[in-house]
Amino acid sequence: MVAAETFVSIASRPPPRSKSGPVRWARRNLFDGWRNALLTFAVILLLALALPPLLNWAVFNAVTAPDNAACRAASGVGACWGVIAEKGRLILFGRYPYAEQWRPLVACVMLVLLLVASCVRIFWRPALALAWGLIFALLYALMRGGVFGLTPVETARWGGLPLTLLLSTVSLVVAFPLAVLIALGRQSRLPAIRALCVLYVELIRGVPLISVLFMASFILPLFMPGSSSGGNTIDVLVRVLIGMTLFTAAYLAEVVRGGLQALPAGQIEAAQALGLGYWQTQRKIVLPQALRLVVPAIVNTFIGAFKDTSLVTIVSLYDLTGAVQLALGDANWRKFFLEGQLFVAAIYFVACFSMSRYSRWVERHLNTGTKRQ
Amino acid sequence: MSPPPPKARRWSWRSQAFRGVVYQLLALLLLAAAAAYLLNNTLDNMRARGIKSGFDFITEPAGFAIGESIIPFDSAESYGKAYLVGLSNTLRVALVGIVIATVLGTLIGVGRLSRNVLVRFLCGAYVETTRNIPLLLQLFMWYFALTELLPPIEEALQPWAGVFFSKNGLQFPVPLWSRGHWGTLAGTLLGGLAAWAWTRASRSRREATGRGLPMMLPGLFLVIGGAALGWWLGGAPGAVDAPERTEINVVGGGAVTPEYLTILLGLSIYTAGYIAEVVRAGIQSVPYGQHEASAALGLTRRHALRLVQMPQALRVIIPPLTSQYLNLTKNSSLAVAIGYPDLVSISSTALNQTGRAIECIALVMACYLTLSLVTSLLMNIYNRRARLKDR
Repeated sequence: MVAAETFVSIASRPPPRSKSGPVRWARRNLFDGWRNALLTFAVILLLALALPPLLNWAVFNAVTAPDNAACRAASGVGACWGVIAEKGRLILFGRYPYAEQWRPLVACVMLVLLLVASCVRIFWRPALALAWGLIFALLYALMRGGVFGLTPVETARWGGLPLTLLLSTVSLVVAFPLAVLIALGRQSRLPAIRALCVLYVELIRGVPLISVLFMASFILPLFMPGSSSGGNTIDVLVRVLIGMTLFTAAYLAEVVRGGLQALPAGQIEAAQALGLGYWQTQRKIVLPQALRLVVPAIVNTFIGAFKDTSLVTIVSLYDLTGAVQLALGDANWRKFFLEGQLFVAAIYFVACFSMSRYSRWVERHLNTGTKRQ
Repeated sequence: MSPPPPKARRWSWRSQAFRGVVYQLLALLLLAAAAAYLLNNTLDNMRARGIKSGFDFITEPAGFAIGESIIPFDSAESYGKAYLVGLSNTLRVALVGIVIATVLGTLIGVGRLSRNVLVRFLCGAYVETTRNIPLLLQLFMWYFALTELLPPIEEALQPWAGVFFSKNGLQFPVPLWSRGHWGTLAGTLLGGLAAWAWTRASRSRREATGRGLPMMLPGLFLVIGGAALGWWLGGAPGAVDAPERTEINVVGGGAVTPEYLTILLGLSIYTAGYIAEVVRAGIQSVPYGQHEASAALGLTRRHALRLVQMPQALRVIIPPLTSQYLNLTKNSSLAVAIGYPDLVSISSTALNQTGRAIECIALVMACYLTLSLVTSLLMNIYNRRARLKDR
């Protein structure tokens, strides 16, 4: 009775202030204190100064037809995207014979499909390795010609996107087993083997790729028996591939070593307790776990290899970067270099960006990333 | 009782140690055989082609001129000197590039963690763009922009008074060297020493009493004040070599070529993208609890940042940062593609002239390896000092 008399109801609390809505969002993210507001205004001012001329150049005043006269008239105020229509095939396929360019196109499509398929988890089975082998044999036959009635095209004329894709994938695929062996060697108990592997990795990682490519193109021919009599030369593509592979292997070996070191020692001890030998331990216990840990890092190495392929330009193979320099060299179009370069940059960007997104997805998906935040 | 374990036999195939020795010997033998085979082929080929070998070409006159260098070089001087000029050019790009890339990268890395969504987005876009386009392509683009899009020298842009910017590069005023500048140098040195002594005194005072004296501002003041005082005592030399515009040219002053600008800009902007990610990861690696704990101890935000968060973040940042510095140095070899006379470029000229491929490439590799080894040595010393100490 008494309790009921002393009960005084209090006013209900106001509802919590809404945290959504564009105004709230802007206040939280853009005008959070006077310093932040100042920063926002500075950035908006900068964008207001930079964007209109940029848009005018790239969109409103741009010439999209491959019309040299119109491009020259618009030069300085508008971009000449027509240069891509005019020179696109030369940029994408380099010096490959014009009439035969359907072959590199088919090769590119096959290779990209193969790469995409390799990214999907349901395809991660032994048959994939077989598919890689088959498709590479097919690609080589298609590009090189000389079989099935295709006209032969020497490798020195391969260029553009197919060359970039081929060099980066082949060097990574060949480097992979080498890298696993080197990484295992670096972890080995045997001092001589460990020293050799450390020497290799540190030597390659200490010098720029350019010098390795120079070595491949100048010194490798000297290594071949009887090359001076002209009978036994190595193809320039193969030389560059060897150089790229040796280079990639050193970096990949460090990636794999990271995975090996992340594995708890108990795994190896357990394998030894079960009576497994060295190779059995590595094959059945260590590598499956270690390699799964480093899949994202391997994708990142591939991105690096994909970008580094551009360096073959310096030893006169015309990959995507080299082909654009080659394609726009002629006097009529050389004023529009930047447009061609931006086109190629966009291709690289799309490829690398999607791969890095994929690598992040794998990291989350395989649940192997170090957890932060 | 179980029977005693069998005695380990040393020299049997069942002994792991023995097998280890055999495997290693086999590996070394295989390697030696491969090396001998390749060497034999090489010597055969070189004999057949009439290529001479040996490093004696180092002392012969080079016979080519070098476009730009800090060390004066004449085509009658030796190949060895040419290599030295190349190395100095590489270092000139690398050192300046490292400074620019660090400043830019740190700003952008911090910007990626900003509360301001616009800044965060812009910094993210910068990082993704620079990291996903090959450096060589970026260099070609910069080179095109700096040599084709800029006005010719007779219409040079003038962003500030005395600074000229055109297809021929950047020209700027430099103070002329006179004897009075020795005073400036001595003043700077003395100021630096005084600043160092001040820092030490302040630190020991802080350790003794818990209350230190300010270090940053007085130190800076001592250095700048020392330099100014030395300059004044040296007679205040003020002669400046400023570039001047004539009818068709801009003459005088200091100048850098478009090649140098290209490689410097390209490398710094590219590497800054990577450094930004390193800095961001380092800052994010410090647990939020550290920030809360320092707030609970009553540290101000500035002190918390400087005394608690920065030292821990730096421990994570420094090792990958060093490897980015090394990458920048190695990437400066791409200068060969745009014609800046760096080490690789000089070496490939020497290779073409002398035909001694092995020697020339070995020299380049040795230079880069030395740079890498010295850096990783310094790195290890730092790591030992910065390692977590259990107290």
